[in-house]
Amino acid sequence: MSQPSERLYLYPLWIRIWHMTNALLCLVLIITGLSMQYSTPSTMVKFSVAVSVHNLAGIILSISYVVFFLGNLFTGNGVHYVISVSGFIKRLYGQFMYYTVGIFKKTAPPYPVSEELKFNPLQQFSYVAIMYFIVPLVVLSGWGLLFPQITVNSLFGVSGLDLTDIVHIVMGFFISIFMCVHIYFCTIGKSPLSNFKSMIDGYHETH
Amino acid sequence: MIHKANIRPAWVVLVLLLVFTLIFSFAKSTDPGAPVAMDVVQQSALHVDYLKFKNAKENEQCLKCHGQSKYTFENKDAGKMVRKKMYSDLIIKRDLFYLSNHREFKCTDCHSEDYLSFPHQGNLRMESKPSCIDCHGGDEKYAKFKFEAIDTAFLASVHSEKHSADFTCWMCHNAHTYRINARTNENLKETITYDNLICLNCHGDASNYQLLTDKQKPNLIDKHDWLPNQASHFTNVRCIECHARNDDTLVVAHHVVSKALAVRKCESCHAKNSILYASLYSYTVKENVKKSGIIKGLLFSETATIGPDQNNTLNYISLTIFGIILLIILFHAFLRSKKSI
Repeated sequence: MSQPSERLYLYPLWIRIWHMTNALLCLVLIITGLSMQYSTPSTMVKFSVAVSVHNLAGIILSISYVVFFLGNLFTGNGVHYVISVSGFIKRLYGQFMYYTVGIFKKTAPPYPVSEELKFNPLQQFSYVAIMYFIVPLVVLSGWGLLFPQITVNSLFGVSGLDLTDIVHIVMGFFISIFMCVHIYFCTIGKSPLSNFKSMIDGYHETH
Repeated sequence: MIHKANIRPAWVVLVLLLVFTLIFSFAKSTDPGAPVAMDVVQQSALHVDYLKFKNAKENEQCLKCHGQSKYTFENKDAGKMVRKKMYSDLIIKRDLFYLSNHREFKCTDCHSEDYLSFPHQGNLRMESKPSCIDCHGGDEKYAKFKFEAIDTAFLASVHSEKHSADFTCWMCHNAHTYRINARTNENLKETITYDNLICLNCHGDASNYQLLTDKQKPNLIDKHDWLPNQASHFTNVRCIECHARNDDTLVVAHHVVSKALAVRKCESCHAKNSILYASLYSYTVKENVKKSGIIKGLLFSETATIGPDQNNTLNYISLTIFGIILLIILFHAFLRSKKSI
């Protein structure tokens, strides 16, 4: 017999607004970025339009990132991104086994969502990697490409602009993969849509 | 509850940002910067030991006057030495000449031997000058430079069409200073600056521009105001990439077209089959691959351009990773649906 679900208010308004803005911007940036990277004279999005939209979305994403960064620095939300190193690999493995085996045996999740533990270990690892490593790199390299004159001409014997370009593209690729996996994992909830609903009303339904 | 004893990733990022800023500032402070026009023209000119060239001694007969801004001669009628100013266009800078392609030449290889007597006869000014093809045409030694193809392209160009015989090779390739660049200089940016200075010699200088026309010289900055990141384009792209008809056969295109036919579409360069890969860039990448191997040659070849830098190997790797992840997601979703999860 299934446990009665509990509604937890986990996502305050600022996080929901930031998250929606971030999601939309990332989608726009991925579409326009791919359009530029694989540009042909007959590409659906015109190159000059893709550049302008990508630049604008990138600037807004930078501002949105600063909001997230300061929000996590000065509110309680930041605590969910603090990884306790001791036993973390074991916890990651436990969560991995749940997603690959346990979920199909309908076992209880090893790290159920609570007010103290908003993210399971895999979520925590991937969110920290994305928000504190990959996004900062994509933002910094994006500004470097927006103002090529500020990039160094050469770094360790390699063209600075070339290096910035590759960092931007590779990080953009990781973000695209994260988006796909993140959206899919959001369908694992009380119902396939309940986690999406959480990001609108702020309440998480346990299952 | 916030565990204040723990270090939040945000602080780690701030520290990393600080370290990054310090490294970047150091790299920027030691950065040689973009090549400056004069550096490109006079690169290592001061270190040329020109006396080692076989005709240097003989050439000194001319350069003792034409090698500097003042010259002295004996006015036999007045019976005294006279010092005069040399007309700037007739000054041949030894350092630049002995770096140029024609450094092994003696002056009289191209100029009349009658110039060896002074004062020079007035009619010598009317002597016709040979064009590139007169010496280099049909010569096996220079076959790789394709002078015949260059001549054909030049004759079809707007320069030749509009100005006919008045526009000679020497308008762009100063016989006393021109040196080959694209094939010998490993620094792509210097090659670009050097090549663009050739265009700017007339298009950036009203007095040279008006040697062939009475029209006002257009302001290049205003004419290119539609071009985004103008400074970046000017320092990273040769004028001829957009203003000449490029093909794979010539490293330097000579079929300069009218402004109406100049490239204005972003996609012409920033797309697959970019026109940039028709000449200098493909040559540079090929040479880089030969010298530095595939990875460094392709990935770090100083030719970063949004769009056409589509390395197939990286494309395949990224598509494979993406495909595998999508397959795993689909398989997981399929199993969930079977178990009604």
